[in-house]
Amino acid sequence: MENNLQLLSGNEALALGAYHAGVQLAAAYPGTPSTEILENLSRFKDIYAEWSTNEKVAMEVAMGAAYTGARAMVSMKHVGLNVASDPFMAASITGIVGGLVVVCADDPQIHSSQNEQDNRHYARLAKVPMLEPGDSQDAYDLMGYAFDISENFDTPVLLRTTTRISHSKSVVDVNRTRAVKNQQPTFHYNVQKYVMLPVNALPRHALVEERMVKLADYVETFPMNQITRGSHDLGIVTSGVAYNYAREVFPDASFLRLAMTWPLPEKMIKEFADGVKRLIVIEELDPFLQDNIKAMGIKVSGKEFIPLVGELNTRIVGERSAGAGLLPESEKVEAMSPAPGLPRRPPLLCPGCPHTGIYFVLNSIGQRSRLLEKKDDGPQEPKLIITGDIGCYTLGALPPLNVLDTTACMGAGIGQALGMEKAGVKNRVVAVIGDSTFMHSGITGLVDAVYNDGHITILILDNRTTAMTGHQDHPGTGVSAQGQDTYAVDIEALVRGIGVRDVKVVNAFNLKEVRAGVRDSLDRPEVSVVIVRGNCAMLVRKRAHPRVIDAGKCDQCGICLRLGCPAIQSEDGQPFIEATLCAGDICTICEQLCPQKAISKSEDVA
Amino acid sequence: MDKMDLLVTGVGGQGVVLASDIIGETALAAGYDVKKTDTLGMAQRGGSVVSHVRLAPKVWSPLIREGEADLLLAFEKLEAARWGHYLRPGGVAIVNSYQQPPLSVSLGQEDYPSDDEIAAVLKRRTENIYFIDGTGRARELGNVRTLNTFMLGCFSVFASLETDAWRESIARRMPENIREINLNAFEAGRKEIEGVRIGQS
Repeated sequence: MENNLQLLSGNEALALGAYHAGVQLAAAYPGTPSTEILENLSRFKDIYAEWSTNEKVAMEVAMGAAYTGARAMVSMKHVGLNVASDPFMAASITGIVGGLVVVCADDPQIHSSQNEQDNRHYARLAKVPMLEPGDSQDAYDLMGYAFDISENFDTPVLLRTTTRISHSKSVVDVNRTRAVKNQQPTFHYNVQKYVMLPVNALPRHALVEERMVKLADYVETFPMNQITRGSHDLGIVTSGVAYNYAREVFPDASFLRLAMTWPLPEKMIKEFADGVKRLIVIEELDPFLQDNIKAMGIKVSGKEFIPLVGELNTRIVGERSAGAGLLPESEKVEAMSPAPGLPRRPPLLCPGCPHTGIYFVLNSIGQRSRLLEKKDDGPQEPKLIITGDIGCYTLGALPPLNVLDTTACMGAGIGQALGMEKAGVKNRVVAVIGDSTFMHSGITGLVDAVYNDGHITILILDNRTTAMTGHQDHPGTGVSAQGQDTYAVDIEALVRGIGVRDVKVVNAFNLKEVRAGVRDSLDRPEVSVVIVRGNCAMLVRKRAHPRVIDAGKCDQCGICLRLGCPAIQSEDGQPFIEATLCAGDICTICEQLCPQKAISKSEDVA
Repeated sequence: MDKMDLLVTGVGGQGVVLASDIIGETALAAGYDVKKTDTLGMAQRGGSVVSHVRLAPKVWSPLIREGEADLLLAFEKLEAARWGHYLRPGGVAIVNSYQQPPLSVSLGQEDYPSDDEIAAVLKRRTENIYFIDGTGRARELGNVRTLNTFMLGCFSVFASLETDAWRESIARRMPENIREINLNAFEAGRKEIEGVRIGQS
């Protein structure tokens, strides 16, 4: 086959690798940095790809497919595997028939997540094999092995990537074409394998342990675990993207680079260790390799000088290694620090964002700006306690809106709100949740609040998409991952069906309606739901009539700036609207807000 | 050109990621090993964006080490200052002298640096600084969104890659209705920087 070199991101390579490995079904819930894996797979029309309601459902869908002999894949961000951990553990014990590959994308440095957990521990916990690519070529190649390992050892395979691998592009020799092994999936009756009653589950556990023994033999021969012989003075065991940093910093060292990192190749590691004077591990996040190598009775160091927190790079590896005496101090090139005192540029809600109006209302009803002003004066009790959730709307926690008191994990806000109310706080508690997050894991919290007679307000910010991760469809949008029209779950009917009696739907771009809806809800002695509906501005292409501020009428009160809209800027105290950024007719929140009526539409169409 | 490490930076929405993709694809076509990585944080949304692009016979780390970038291509001037410490001594900075103030500046809580302050930050590393009015030129061409191909044109003068290869990779990534205007923007960027160079020498 002729050379077919392509510049692919890690996620593109994982998708293409899975496609060529004959994957027949793929399921996922969007989550940075994993989202593009399913997005890319969904473009292949000869496989089935879906956005699932959440990662747990995605895992179950993939597990069902694998039971029929189809090759199946599920992809998610690291915290998604927490949600999916129940069926993940179950898939480990039942095993599969068709290959089942579980891709999880960790986020060292917390580029876009709520924590920095190291999901390699899940491989050990679930007793499943794990593969770790270091670049896009690895991602493509490992996918070929992943499905074979899964089928040969009757186990799901965990393929663990990270943000830096998933979102970096590197050259891939695309040297395979698609081959489907099992054209007609069939489910075969096998109660001992699939029905995990205690009587069946205990023998299955014994099989899992046997599987690990066989895998421990296999990993000794895994072709992508490679030794590069260099100096005998220093041997480095490494995996994932850290391999690249280590190779650059230590061009002369010996390397054991692991692409299959669970179970570990004990013999290979021992032989490698015996051939070098000093053995170190360079890995991101936890000392996963290091601790397990230590447990083999091998003298090794690593996390004594390589940080546990954040992602690595060549500077960190170089400086820390020099500090540990592994490199001459002269290697510590003096790194320039960033210029001090520059204004930060945090992410903001977009111009025309449907969350801006409701957040401004919450800010003013809850007197949230005072919390910021008095933050050094000791404990303060918010007048409105607002539990948050995960999505674009989490950005409302930042000034100037400052409207969130909590953000923990997907769907947590409703349960937290109920817990605060039941604990006996005097002030009203409001939970804020997006439409996709509500589908993901807000529904069960709402059921709980209704059942237990909560007196809380729940605001469902329905922007008709999963916006934060780049506008994926979800069960409420009526469009499938592969672009087909499908059934849309009706949020209002769902909420009523759960038993909420006070349900209001308000237009997110009508400030008066939003304010009235929220105020009414806050007084209700029951679970009250306000669905704040308005399309994500990024979904609406039309941008007619940007607003302009009439400097003659404007008294520079600055209230429009407190919306936090990127289009509203100011020069020497005079606010103005940047026409190229303003969303125009679809929004008009600033126009509705201005006490001087100084904001109006310009006649520009663009 | 043996190797080149370059940083492309700007504000979410300016086309930084597409521009760095096109650089990577052009370099791949010219036979280089390429790695490129984008750091977006939570933003598509008006936040700071930076792409690292590395070309060499063999590239290991996708991230450029601070103080080692050969070239900084900045679509917004505050972002040029923010990432200036990545430049190696004597590296090249090409800066679109366009200002997009962050919210904290609009709220009067922080000050946008002056042109002199931005130049001083870059001069900690290099005298090879080219300020150009990319946004203005793109607007004159009829579409301010061609800023990224205009900036690519500026950059291409410093990278020894064939002009035709650039045109091919730009054409491949641009839909038909905006292909021509982007190719024109690329040419305009090439001419612009050559004019500035002569002016400076």
